[in-house]
Amino acid sequence: MGDSTMNDPARHGRRTVLKGAAVSAAAVTAIPADANAEPADATGGGVVGTARPRLEAQGKVTGGVRYAADVKLPGLVHGALVVSTVVRGRIRTMDTAAVLKMPGVVGVVDHTNAPRLNPQAGHFFGPDGQLQMLQTNEIHYSGEPVALVVAETLEQAQAAAKALKVTYDELPHDTEFRVDHPKRRPGNPIFGPDANLGDLDAELAASAVVVDQLYRTPPETCCAMEPHAATAWWEGDRLQAIDANQGAFYIAGVLAALFSLPMEKVRIRADHVGGGFGSKGTLGPQLVLATMATTLLHRPVRVTLNRNQVFLTTSGREVIEQRVRLGADRDGRLRAIGHEAVLAISPLADFVENCAEMAKSSYAATAIRTRLSVVPLDVLPPVSVRGPGNTPGSFALESAVDELAEKLRMDPLDLRLRNEPKAGPVSGVPFANRKAVDCMREGARRFGWAKRDLRPRRRREGDLLVGTGMAAVSFLTLALPSTASITAEKNGTYTVSIGAADIGTGARTALASVAADALRVRPDKISIRIADSDFGNAWAASGSLGQASWSWAVTSAAKLLRDKLSTRPPLPVSVTADTTPEIGAMPHKERQSYSSVFAEVTVDPATGEVRVRRLLGMFAIGRVVNPLTARSQAVGGMIMGLSLALHEESARDPNSGRHINADFAGYHISAHADVPDIEADFVPDYEPDIASGIKGVGEIGTAGTAAAIANAVWHATGRRQRDLPIRLDRALEDLARQ
Amino acid sequence: MKEFAYQRSAQVRDALAEVAGTPGAKFIGGGTNLVDLMKNEIETPAKVVDVRHLPLSGIRFAADGQLVIGATTTNSDAAAHPDVRRRYPAVTQAILAGASGQLRNMATIGGNLLQRTRCGYFTDTSQPCNKRVPGSGCPAINGIHHNHAIFDWTDHCAATNPGDMGVALAAFDAVVRFQTLNGAGEIPLTDFYRPVGTTPHLETNLPPGALITEIALPRLDVAAQSRYRKVRERASYAFATVSIAAALTVHRRRVQDVRIALGGVAARPWRARIAEAALRDGPATADRFRAAATAELAKAKPLRDNAYKVMLARNLIETTLTDLARRAK
Amino acid sequence: MTGNTRSDISLRVNNVTRKLTVDNRTTLLDALREGLDQTGTKKGCDLGQCGACTVLLNGRRVVSCLTLAVAADGAEVTTVEGLSRNGQLHPIQEAFVRLDGFQCGYCTSGQLCSAVGMLAEHRAGWPSAVTGDVSPDCPPHLDEQEIRERMSGNLCRCGAYPSIVRAVVETARKEASR
Repeated sequence: MGDSTMNDPARHGRRTVLKGAAVSAAAVTAIPADANAEPADATGGGVVGTARPRLEAQGKVTGGVRYAADVKLPGLVHGALVVSTVVRGRIRTMDTAAVLKMPGVVGVVDHTNAPRLNPQAGHFFGPDGQLQMLQTNEIHYSGEPVALVVAETLEQAQAAAKALKVTYDELPHDTEFRVDHPKRRPGNPIFGPDANLGDLDAELAASAVVVDQLYRTPPETCCAMEPHAATAWWEGDRLQAIDANQGAFYIAGVLAALFSLPMEKVRIRADHVGGGFGSKGTLGPQLVLATMATTLLHRPVRVTLNRNQVFLTTSGREVIEQRVRLGADRDGRLRAIGHEAVLAISPLADFVENCAEMAKSSYAATAIRTRLSVVPLDVLPPVSVRGPGNTPGSFALESAVDELAEKLRMDPLDLRLRNEPKAGPVSGVPFANRKAVDCMREGARRFGWAKRDLRPRRRREGDLLVGTGMAAVSFLTLALPSTASITAEKNGTYTVSIGAADIGTGARTALASVAADALRVRPDKISIRIADSDFGNAWAASGSLGQASWSWAVTSAAKLLRDKLSTRPPLPVSVTADTTPEIGAMPHKERQSYSSVFAEVTVDPATGEVRVRRLLGMFAIGRVVNPLTARSQAVGGMIMGLSLALHEESARDPNSGRHINADFAGYHISAHADVPDIEADFVPDYEPDIASGIKGVGEIGTAGTAAAIANAVWHATGRRQRDLPIRLDRALEDLARQ
Repeated sequence: MKEFAYQRSAQVRDALAEVAGTPGAKFIGGGTNLVDLMKNEIETPAKVVDVRHLPLSGIRFAADGQLVIGATTTNSDAAAHPDVRRRYPAVTQAILAGASGQLRNMATIGGNLLQRTRCGYFTDTSQPCNKRVPGSGCPAINGIHHNHAIFDWTDHCAATNPGDMGVALAAFDAVVRFQTLNGAGEIPLTDFYRPVGTTPHLETNLPPGALITEIALPRLDVAAQSRYRKVRERASYAFATVSIAAALTVHRRRVQDVRIALGGVAARPWRARIAEAALRDGPATADRFRAAATAELAKAKPLRDNAYKVMLARNLIETTLTDLARRAK
Repeated sequence: MTGNTRSDISLRVNNVTRKLTVDNRTTLLDALREGLDQTGTKKGCDLGQCGACTVLLNGRRVVSCLTLAVAADGAEVTTVEGLSRNGQLHPIQEAFVRLDGFQCGYCTSGQLCSAVGMLAEHRAGWPSAVTGDVSPDCPPHLDEQEIRERMSGNLCRCGAYPSIVRAVVETARKEASR
């Protein structure tokens, strides 16, 4: 997920620990004179940049590591959710008495007995009404939790939750998205003002060639394989929880605010997390309800959402409709870029994803206009899904660029190269290290792009049509303040503690590499502890900012420790570094990761089956800490992009407003058989203003892939695909008419 | 899940008596579509009688050349059996096109025929559904029905049968045999599923308390030249959008014998008898295949959002027969 | 309620006989996780739609979420905890570590057990949905397409599929050369 450009990044993580010595400016890695070159002494020991299997690999392949639902505690009871069957209304009756008599049931938490919550608690966009669980009898979306039934065993809890009779007084609801909705309004300006460069209408009018199209993407969900789970209990007056989340410190802060607890009375851990993709970046219902139940029942409580509840109560992306207008001269020089996105949100919580970000920075043009609008509907409030903004945004923009190339009879790669900007086209600010062209050229070379026939529907293999397509994308890069501590132990090892999260990214391993180099020791001397809110402020595994933010804190702490050790103090000795000052001093530049995605597809026109046969991504992600895991992340991101391109769509019943395909049989994510071997590689890159030169790789793979595939489907068939997913019926042709 | 008693039976008669003697009792085979429905409390048996230990497993030839598949044979074993593969390849392919390796290892042939629809309104107990709660209504008709029926649906239900194997069995005139406490019986697979009518909750013509004991595939030469093709929204591990089981023999460029059944288009496997009749003894050409497909689909009655299935089914009949004819050369 | 809703069962889990009393509703998955504290087997969907809970039951891969524990009474169960022998990782586990066949690790135990079961199915000559000719006279060759189809019952959201396929290819090769 990525709410990366929020105006006040520290807003919700204000309880910054400043135990260590003040960090001097000298602790910041030196900025190399040549921004393209990686400084030789950046980190030292040569561990960074080498492929290393994950530290937890052995535990993961033997079943030894424990996730949030694997924790055993004496006296543990199980909570099962009951969720609303209506979209809007009020609970009329709830027969908790009957359920309390069922075998094993120890309690029911509902709006009549739930602890009162702080209505101001929220996430990046401010107060979040979705967090206000069980506070009133009002229902705001279908699937909203209405009770938690707690019992001695899982089977008893689930049966009792099923048995809980709830009746509702229904109210009219509005779940139908349309861009001319009367409640449409400008989106939250958290990502900065809309672009208003030049006169879009005049430039379009003066353009020899114009593309003006609508692109639609459906509601999509994160689908982490681990359902949201939390085990919570009180130790004295301190709340303890093992929770599936993307940032223990951040979540602890939100939870403390929600329950009006002092931060030091809350400790959240998330040692191993079974994927997040945005859905575990915010405080989830599992932890809110587990906290309520353990508070009321004085026993450790585990709450695990079932898969249907993961779909219904944990957020995804909402419907988005985008209009892209491009105007160009005959030679392909862009005059105009217009990108407007309209997104569904919920009245419960403000949200917007920055679909128009790339329109502001990807191509030079005389006029650039972007607009983000939202339509509040009675739906589950959306949050970021892997590659927020640029995943749907690049589908629209990069499809439109391909359409423009078609109209110009130009190679879409050449069209992109022709419009390469020299500085931020809207901001006017220089790029820190723009590598878009490197990615495009190297990707094109490896893919064999040069021999491609520009014309569509020229390649046939038996009954199949074959085509290729590409897209170029960027993803915002930044680092946010984080804290790290390192202890030099008596036995010559070093213990690194940082509130980082490893949701499958390989963060634990990468941070150990960074620490080893920064301390100039072998990696086996490093013992790394993460995912504990007691380790102090640390950014979450969100926005592709985790590794850059955490590595910075680790290198800063290492520098402090090396300075301290030079005085030969008695061991153990500890230091803590906080990167807030360094990050505040970063120069203002356009900073992005880059990638270029190339796809080859086959389409069977008789059945509409689209298969991706080749997928290649060249990435510029700054310094690559661990090529093994970074490549996995890039490939995984592309696979999610493939999945969004071809399969994914939450189906909302037009009458009941219910998400009707809310399981893995109904909501398809790519399976093994959908995924070819995928090539992902990295061009040399280095981010000059971030310690260790790291950018982010978590999300950029997902962006661009859908456009590359849609463009390839056009190339194969001659038909544009402007609605995702590219379902069978959208590619099917009548054989009789061929 | 509601509480239930569990009984493992060793003899068919005991199992029949257990179910007959206990209101709300059900047989359980692999459990792959009973346990999930029990979790959602769409099924709430008071007792489950485990039939997997009955002597009903295995595949044999009967004296008249029929291939008889015991009801508790797992899908995997049936698909892998040399005689099924050799004589009815479309049956093997259909079984293998269903579910996943894990589920096929669990599922039994008898249970497979009794699996319920995967219509989202049937699965989501917050929604009305005539199949689940008779008389509650069918939201699919005016709701999400992109993957619903194009044949023989009624205002009461537009759900499809989700099976794959049944489509191949329907094409080959398989017979379902069962036992009751009153004796044995059999039903041709093409009559096994009831028309939707006003009672979509009544799905099969099995008598109450009956246990499927075996499936018999008649000796059928054309079946050796058969194929199953399944089109779905994901390359694997997904229910059919439209599927086809087809068999074709060609002699001197004329159709000697032909069998066609479609899946994903109705509440039962759809035997394409109109197309078969149009083709039999005629020339084996792509034009004729297309004309036969068009004739079969002429009666299709698509819903608002699934007319594409008509075209897809037509294309599938044409391309699959063309492919079989090419191989027959 | 009719009859007893709890049962005494015996399971041989990873070569150790375990006796326990289960609620008849308890799935093999929950019996392993909650009853026997073998939490390596994961619950991804609890409806047979993801494969995360795959174990080997009497040598064959199954989804433990749709297997009633009581119906498995007397069975041999192998979970991810039982794949390694004498402290040595199974070749498929070793290949997963080396080739990064996972990211978050949540689907991993299911992928591993599924791969072990799938390789045995292939050795037994079973065809798959992508086998061109299912005739028993043509034993299928286990290429990448075959592996992808046979492993499709194991979803992975991190997108580790290509590495998993590579790991299975390597393991299959090792087994073939033994």
